[in-house]
Amino acid sequence: MNFEFTEEQMAFRQEVEDFTKQELPPDWDEKALYWPAGYGTIPFLEEEFKDFYDQLLLKLGRRGWLSLGWPKEHGGQNSMIKHAIADDVMSYYRVPGGDVSTAICGPTIAIAASKEMKQHWLPKIAAGELRMWLGYSEPNSGSDLASLKTRADEDGNFYIINGQKIWSSGAHIADYGWVLVKTDLNAPKHAGATLFLIDNKSPGVTIRPLENICGINSFNEVFFDEVRVPKCNVVGEINHGFYYVMIALLYERLFVGIGTFRKVLEELIEYVKNTRHDGQVLAKNPLIRNKLAEMAIEIEVLYEFYWRTAWTMDQGLVPELESSVLKLFGTELGRTLSGTAMEILGLYGNLARGSKWAPLMGRVSLGYMDSVSGPIGAGTSEVQRGIIATRGLGLPRK
Amino acid sequence: MDYSLSEEQNILKKSAHDFLAKECPKDLVRKLEESHKGYSPELWQKMAELGWMGLAIPEEYGGSGGSFLDLIILFEEIGYNIVPGPFLSTVVLGCMPIAAAGSETQKKELLPGIASGELIITMALTEPEAFYSASSIKVEANVDKNEYVINGTKLFVPDANNADYLLCVARTGNGEDPEKGLTIFIVDAGDPGIQLTHLKTLNGDNQSEVEFRNVRVKNTDILGGLDSGWPIVQDTLQKASVALCAQMIGGAQAVMDMSLEYAKQRTQFNHPIGSFQAIQHHFANMWADINGSKYLLYRAAWKISEDIPAGMEVAMAKSRIGAAYRRVTILGHQIFGGIGFTKEHDLHLYHKRSISADSTLGNSYYHNQIVADELGL
Repeated sequence: MNFEFTEEQMAFRQEVEDFTKQELPPDWDEKALYWPAGYGTIPFLEEEFKDFYDQLLLKLGRRGWLSLGWPKEHGGQNSMIKHAIADDVMSYYRVPGGDVSTAICGPTIAIAASKEMKQHWLPKIAAGELRMWLGYSEPNSGSDLASLKTRADEDGNFYIINGQKIWSSGAHIADYGWVLVKTDLNAPKHAGATLFLIDNKSPGVTIRPLENICGINSFNEVFFDEVRVPKCNVVGEINHGFYYVMIALLYERLFVGIGTFRKVLEELIEYVKNTRHDGQVLAKNPLIRNKLAEMAIEIEVLYEFYWRTAWTMDQGLVPELESSVLKLFGTELGRTLSGTAMEILGLYGNLARGSKWAPLMGRVSLGYMDSVSGPIGAGTSEVQRGIIATRGLGLPRK
Repeated sequence: MDYSLSEEQNILKKSAHDFLAKECPKDLVRKLEESHKGYSPELWQKMAELGWMGLAIPEEYGGSGGSFLDLIILFEEIGYNIVPGPFLSTVVLGCMPIAAAGSETQKKELLPGIASGELIITMALTEPEAFYSASSIKVEANVDKNEYVINGTKLFVPDANNADYLLCVARTGNGEDPEKGLTIFIVDAGDPGIQLTHLKTLNGDNQSEVEFRNVRVKNTDILGGLDSGWPIVQDTLQKASVALCAQMIGGAQAVMDMSLEYAKQRTQFNHPIGSFQAIQHHFANMWADINGSKYLLYRAAWKISEDIPAGMEVAMAKSRIGAAYRRVTILGHQIFGGIGFTKEHDLHLYHKRSISADSTLGNSYYHNQIVADELGL
C-alpha cells in the first residue's frame, strides 16, 4: 500500500498547474461560477465561454492531455491516474479538463466502436477539435431510459431519426450529439437501442434552450425531425446501444469537479477567518469550526473514492461500484457543502450574484441552486444506490 | 499510488480472519463479557504464539519487526470478530511508548515479555475531568529524595485489572505550559498503593477507576525523561486511535456481512427483504460509509508506518469512523428488525461496541477541533 504519487506524476501535476494558471484570463476568478458536482454551472456549457473553451481544448489536445486515460493504441497514455491528476488540478481553477467528447465519448469509442470509426474520430477528439453532447433522456424517459421513444428507421445507407431529447446539456455549444435511439421496437427493453453520432448541423435538428434554476442555459430540448444520419455514424453494433451507454456512464460518473471542492473549502476558510458577525470572528465559532471540519473530512473521503477509482481502472478492472459511489457521494456532498456554506453566510447567503455586498462572487447562492442537479443527473442517487445494492452487493431485484 | 495489500499482508489478513472465526466464536465473546477477567488466557496465548503481540516489535526485542500498517490489518480482523481482551491496550498503549521512548534497559526488560504474551500493559491517562489534553491532568508525582510518590485517581483505565504494569501519566511540573510538566511512570500494577475499582460498562469491556495512594516509583521507572511525557502520550494516542479505527472498520464490515446474508434469505410479502428498495438503499449507504472511511484509516496508518506526520489524517479518520460504525450498526438493526433487538442475536454485541469505540480516544466533537486547527481556523 502506498499513498504517494511518483516523481513523474508530481512533475506532471506541476506542469498542469503552470499551464492552467497561465491560460486563465485575468478575470477568470470573477467569471467562473462552477459549483462542485453540479451540472448547471459547468463553465464549458455556457455560450459566454465557448470561444475561450474551444481554444483551450485545442491547446490541451496539442499536449496530449485530452486522451491521458485512453489506451495507447489509440494515442492515449493508458493512465487514468494522470487523467485524474489533470482533472484535479484544472477543476481547482474551475476549468474542466476535457469535454464530453474527450472524457466520455472518446473512451467509449475506443472500447466499442469499429476500426473505421476509431480511426476517423479518435484523432479529432484527442486533438480537441470536436465537442459533443449526450442525448439520453426524453420527456417521458429519465431514470427509465429503456422506455425511450426517439426512433431510427433504416433508409438505404442512412437512418432517419425522429423524436426528442431533453436535459441535453451543452447541445447548444457542441458539434455532435451522442444519441441513444430506438432501432428495434420488438426487442426486449434493453436490447433495441442504438448509439448514433449526429451532426448538430444536420437538417431537421432543432435545439431549443432551457433555462435552469440558476438562470443559466446549461441544457436544452433537441428535436429530431426526419434527420438523416449515415450508417457509418453508428457507434459499435446496431441494437447494442444500451451496453455502450453503460460504459459511457461509468466515465461520466468520474466527473465530480473534485478540485473545486478543495477550492470552495479554502474560500470558506478564508471567509470565516476574515469575517465578524456580532463581534465574533466566524472562524472562532465552534459550530462553524465543527461544520468546516466535517466538510474537510468528507472532501477527503471523496478524494479517496476518486483516486481509488482511477487506480482501479489502471489495474484493468471495471470500476462499476466505485464510479457509482464516487458520483453518489460527490453530488450529495456538493449539496451538503452548499447548505453549509449558506448557513455560514447567513443573511449574506441570500444575496444574488451581482448584488452589492454579495460575498464569494455570489457563487454560494448560485451553488445552492445548482447543487439540486448533482444527485439527479447521470443517474439519480436513488438509481446509484440501487446499482450498488444489486450489481455491487448482489441483492435481488425481485 | 497503490491500494493493494502485499502478498504477506493478504496472507496475514486471511489467516487472522480464519483463526479468529474458529477460536473466537460469539459464545466465547458473550461468556467473557459476563466474566470478571474479561479475556481468555488460552486465546491470548495462541495469539502470542502466532506472533501477533510482537508483530510490530523490532526483532532484537523478540518481535517480528513488521510495520504499523501490518498491525492495522490485524486490528481490522480483531474488530471483525470483536475479540475481547487487552490487545490494543498492551500492543499499542503499553508497548508503543516503551518501544518509542524507553531506555535500552526498559526495552530489554519489557518488550520480549509483551511479544511472548507474558506481559499485559496499559496506560493510565484519563481522569474524571481530564481526557486527551494535558492541562487537566491532576494525578501528581512528587519528588521524595530519588524516588517519586504518585497520588490521585485515574478513570476509564482499560484492562488495568489484568495488567502487570501501568504506564501512569502524572504531573511532575507546574510551569506555564502544562504540556511540559507531565511524566510517564512505569508502575507495577501489583503495588499495594494501587486501588482498583472495576467499572461496569455497556459493552462489557474491562475498565477501572485506579486510585494511586502514595505509590512509590524510582527514577529508573520514568519512561522517556522527566517532564517529557506528553509528546510520547500524543504519539501513542494517535497510533491507538488508528488501531481503534481499524477495529471499528472491521466491526462495521461484519455488521454489513451479516445483514446482507440475512436480507437475501429473510422473506416478507413473498419476497426477500433485500429486494425492497428501502433496504437496498440502506445497504448502499452502509457500503459507501465503510468504504469511504476505510481509506482514511489506511492513509493515516501508512503515514505512521512511513514516519510521516499524520495529525490531520488521524483526526479525520477517528472523527468519521466512529460515526460511520454507529450508522452502520443502526442500519443493521433496521434490517434485522425484531430479532436483532434480542440479547440472543449477535448484532447488539457490535452496536454496543460502536458507541463505546466512538467515545474512546475522542469522538468527532474532539477530533473535529483538531481538524479545524489543522485547517488554520
